[in-house]
Amino acid sequence: MNAHAFTFAGHDLQALACGALFWPEQELLCVSDLHLGKSGRIARRAGLLVPPYETLDTLARLDAALAETRARTVVCLGDSFDDLAAAGGLSEEESLWIARLQAGRRWIWIEGNHDPGPVDVGGQHRESLSLGGIVFRHIADETASGEISGHYHPKARIALRGRSLARPCFLVSAQRIILPAFGTYTGGLDCRDAAFAPLLKPPVFAVLTGTRATPFKLKQPTKTTPLR
Amino acid sequence: MRDLPPVFQEWFARRGWALHPHQSEMLARAESPCQLLIAPTGGGKTLAGFLPTLAELGQNPAPGLHTLYISPLKALAADIKRNLRTPVEEMGLAIRIEDRTGDTPQTRRKRQRADPPHILLTTPESLALLLSYEDCARTFAGLQRVVVDEIHALAESKRGDQLMLCLSRLQALCPGLRRVGLSATVEDPSAIATYLARNPDPCDILQADPGPEPDIAMLHTEEAPPWAGGGAAHAIPAVLEQIKAHRTTLIFHNTRAQAELFFHNLWLANAEGLPIGIHHGSLAREQRAKVEAAMVRGDLRAIVCTGSLDLGIDWGDVDLVIQIGAPKNVKRLVQRIGRANHRYNAPSKALLVPANRFEVVECLAALEAVKARDLDGEPRGPGPRDVLCQHILIRACAGPFSAEDLYDEVRSVGAFRDLSRAAFDACLDYCATGGYALRRYDQWQRLMQQPDGTWRLRDPRSAARIRMNIGTIQDTDRLKVRLRGRRGGKPLGEVEEAFAATLTPGDTFLIGGEIVRYEGLREMVVEVTRRADRKPKIATFMGTKFATSTQLTHRMLALLNAPDWPQLPAHTADWLALQREVSRMPRADRLLCESFPHQGRAHFCVYGFAGRNAMQTLGLLLTQRMEQEGLAPLGFVATDYATLIWGLDPVEDPAPLFTADGLRDGLETWLAGNAVMKRTFRASAIIAGLIERNSTGARKSGRQTAFSSDILYDTLRKYDPDHLLLQITREEALRGLVDFGRIEEMLARIRGRIDHLRCPHVTPLAAPLLLEVGKVPVKGAAEERLLREAEEALLAEAGIG
Repeated sequence: MNAHAFTFAGHDLQALACGALFWPEQELLCVSDLHLGKSGRIARRAGLLVPPYETLDTLARLDAALAETRARTVVCLGDSFDDLAAAGGLSEEESLWIARLQAGRRWIWIEGNHDPGPVDVGGQHRESLSLGGIVFRHIADETASGEISGHYHPKARIALRGRSLARPCFLVSAQRIILPAFGTYTGGLDCRDAAFAPLLKPPVFAVLTGTRATPFKLKQPTKTTPLR
Repeated sequence: MRDLPPVFQEWFARRGWALHPHQSEMLARAESPCQLLIAPTGGGKTLAGFLPTLAELGQNPAPGLHTLYISPLKALAADIKRNLRTPVEEMGLAIRIEDRTGDTPQTRRKRQRADPPHILLTTPESLALLLSYEDCARTFAGLQRVVVDEIHALAESKRGDQLMLCLSRLQALCPGLRRVGLSATVEDPSAIATYLARNPDPCDILQADPGPEPDIAMLHTEEAPPWAGGGAAHAIPAVLEQIKAHRTTLIFHNTRAQAELFFHNLWLANAEGLPIGIHHGSLAREQRAKVEAAMVRGDLRAIVCTGSLDLGIDWGDVDLVIQIGAPKNVKRLVQRIGRANHRYNAPSKALLVPANRFEVVECLAALEAVKARDLDGEPRGPGPRDVLCQHILIRACAGPFSAEDLYDEVRSVGAFRDLSRAAFDACLDYCATGGYALRRYDQWQRLMQQPDGTWRLRDPRSAARIRMNIGTIQDTDRLKVRLRGRRGGKPLGEVEEAFAATLTPGDTFLIGGEIVRYEGLREMVVEVTRRADRKPKIATFMGTKFATSTQLTHRMLALLNAPDWPQLPAHTADWLALQREVSRMPRADRLLCESFPHQGRAHFCVYGFAGRNAMQTLGLLLTQRMEQEGLAPLGFVATDYATLIWGLDPVEDPAPLFTADGLRDGLETWLAGNAVMKRTFRASAIIAGLIERNSTGARKSGRQTAFSSDILYDTLRKYDPDHLLLQITREEALRGLVDFGRIEEMLARIRGRIDHLRCPHVTPLAAPLLLEVGKVPVKGAAEERLLREAEEALLAEAGIG
C-alpha cells in the first residue's frame, strides 16, 4: 500500500496516495469532497452535458481504497454529494454500489456546504464526529485543534529541476489535517493561497497524491495568489 | 457589359481615376450566383467586390439589407466602412452602411436586427450570432449579395468553416443570394472556389493581373546570424539603416514574443529616436488603436508587427517590408510582401532576415519559391465536426428545425459535402443528449424532438448561454496585464496563462515594448509595475509558432543537396560543407539519423524536415518507444527541421522506431496523457459546446477552482473511448499542433530508407539544436524518479522520513 505514515494528535495515521486518510488503529478510512452526482447538477443548472461517469469513477476508487485498507468505518467529510438533489438522482447502479460498500461497515456522512441536510442514502448523518480526541468536520475551524477537515481541495505545485508538477495534496500541521478532494470532477486550490494562512501554522507538510504519497515541507504560505 | 451609372462615372472622372480591368469585369459579372476574385494586395479588391452593390443601390435604394460583407478582422470592417462612406456621401447616394462586431454597442445591435442597413459589415462570429436569433429571417429578408473578404485567410481556419455553414443557412433564408469571394494570390484558386460555392453549384473565377515581380532579397548583415534562436538581434544595425533609407517600413515577425524582443532591442539602438511603433494581437485594444492612428497619419517610420497586420487594412505609404525570421510559408510571405507599395502597378520591395543558420537556407528556398510563383498549400480535409456541433446548437437557438433540412443545408457547404447522414446524426445526438454510451441525460436533454419530428431546445433559456459561446477562436487561456493602480491601472495587453503561471513576484518581462515587473495576480489580472531595466529577466512569453510548410521544406532539402552553394553567405555554405564532410546531408527520399555522445549522454538526431509541430510530435513518439525499449531517454528538442533526443543509452538500430504502425499505435497510447492532446480536446470541447469558454476561464482567488477539462478528457478516455469528441480530437491530431499528417507524409517519402550514422561528436547540423530553447523533458518513469530523488533530499533536509 502506498502511503505516508505520520503521527497526528498522538495517533498513527496514513495519508494514502489515492487521497484517502487511513487510521489503522480504528480501522477507519476518511475521504472528503466526493461531489457525487456533479455531472447531473451541471446538466440541471447550466444545461451542459459533461461525461456522466464521475460518480462511477469516484466509487470505483473508493471501493479500491476500502479493499486495500479493509476499513470497518468510513467517514465522508462533507460535500459527498454535489447537492441534495444529486443524492436523489443517483442511478440504480450507483445506489447499489454505495449500498454494497456500506454493507458490514459503519458509515458516517458529515454535512458539507454542498450537502447541508440529511440525504436519502444509508449511513449516519452528522454535522461533525469526535473520536479519540480527533474531530472530523467539513470546514476547518480556526480555533480547533486535532481536527480533520476537507472543503478547500488543496493542491500543491512543486518545482522539480525546472519542471513544475501540480497534484492534489493533504496539508498537515500540528493542529489539523486538510484532506484533498477525492471526487473525480474536482479542481484544486493552491496550498499557498491566502485562505490557508490563518488555518495552518508552520511547520506544514503537504503530502502529494498520485502514484505515490510524497511528503514535502511547505514554505510559509504567501499572501499573493499563485495560479492554480 | 454593365456600365457604371453616370453618378459614379462623374465621381471617378472628377478624381482622375479609372477602374482596373478586373473591377469593371466584376461589375459585368454582377449577376453571377457565385464569383471569386483573385487579386494581389493593393489591387482594389474590396472596391471590386462592392461596385455591383453600389451600382444596384445607387439606382434603387429600397429599404432592407442588400449586401452583407464579412471580414476576418473587426478593424477591417471598420476601415471599409470609412472607405465606403466617403464616396457614397460625395456622390449623394442614400445608402446606409454600418458595421457590426463585438465592439458595437448593444442598442445599435438590437436596432440593426429590426432595421438593418443596406450594407452591413461584419465578422463570421457576429454573423453566427445574428443567425441564432428567432427573428433572423426578418433581418435578412431581401438580402441580395454576400461578400467574403480575405477568403484565402478564412479558408484555412475553423472560422471559415463556421462562416460557410452560416452561408448555407443564409442561402436557405434567401434562395437568390449571390456569393462573392475576394482572395489574395493563392496556389489553388479552384479549391477556394469550391469552398465558396453552394455545393455542387459552380463558381466563376476571375484572376486579376498579378502585377510586377516583387523586389525581394536577403538582408546583408555585418554579423553572421547565430546558430540557433529567433531574436535576430544581430540584424538590428542593418535594419535601422533600412528604416532610415525608406519612408515607412513594416517589420514582420512570426511570434509576438520575437516582435517584443526585437522592438526592445531596436529601441535601445535607435540613437536618432526615429518614431517606431509595435503592433500585435496581445496588446490592449487602446494600445493598438494608438499605433494604427499614428500609422494612418504617417507619423511612424516603422512598425514592428506580427500576423495582426497580415490582412488588408490600408496603412498607406509603406515602401519596405522586412520579414524577420524564416517566413515558414511562401503564400504568407507573398501576401506580406504585397503590403509594401500598396499601389497596384509598382513592384513591392521586401527584405528577408534569417534569425539563425538553418533559416538562412530556408530564406533562400523561400526567395526561389517566390520567384517561381510556387505557393504552398496544405489541403484542409473534411469539415470539422466540432464546428458542425456548434452550428446545430446555433440553429436550435433560432427555433425548431428539421434534421433532414439541416443535413441538406450542411452538405451544400463544400467542406461538408461528403458528410454521411450517420456522422451528422452523431453530431445531432451529441447536441441533444451528450452522445454518451451511458444514457444519463434523458431528463436533461439539450435538444428535444417534438411530436412533428422537429428538434428544439428543451429549455429556451439555454439559448443565451449558447450565444455566449459562439465562435471558434481559441482565446480562453489569456490573462490581461495591467499596471498596478488603485482602480485597475492602464491595460497593457495579454499574456498566455501558461506563461503567467511561471512568474513569481519580482520577475520582469517585456510587453508592449516596455519592461514590467510582475507583482501578483488579482482576480485573473496580471498586475505589473514599470521598470527602467535594460534587460528583462524573462525574455519571452510563448506564442503561436508556425510550422515550415511542406513545400518549403522540400525546397530546402533540394537546396541542401546541391553540389555547392554560391547563393548562400560564406558562413552558411562553410557550415553545410563541413556537415557533408563529417556526416551526410539530409535528403527528401531518405531519413538521416545521427548518433553521437555529448556531455556524457547519448544523443540521437533525426532530420525529418516535417515542420515544427510534427517534429515535436515525432520527438514525443520516439522517446515513448525508446522508453519502452529501456533506452532511458531524458528529453528532446524539436525544430522545423530536426528532432534531437538525449538519454542514457545510445540507439543501436533506429529502423524499429520508425515503423508506421508502431508510430500510429504510439500516437494512440500517447493520446492518453499528452498536454497537447488535452489542449486539442479542450479547444474542440469548447467549440462543440461541451464546456463553456467563460466558465473554464473564470477562476477567482480564494475558492477551490473549477475542475479542468483535462479531467473530462481522462474520464472520457477511460469510460467512453469512442465518444464523438474523442473522435474529433483524434481527427484534429492529424493537423494543427500534433500534425501527425506531416509525419505520415515523411514516412511515405522515406519508405523505410534510414541512414544511421555514428559520429564521434556533435555534427554541424546537430549543433544548433543543442542551443535551442524549448527542451521537452520526457514524462513518465523519469518524472517519478526525479520526484523520488527530490523527496529523499527534502526529507533529509527536513529531518523526517
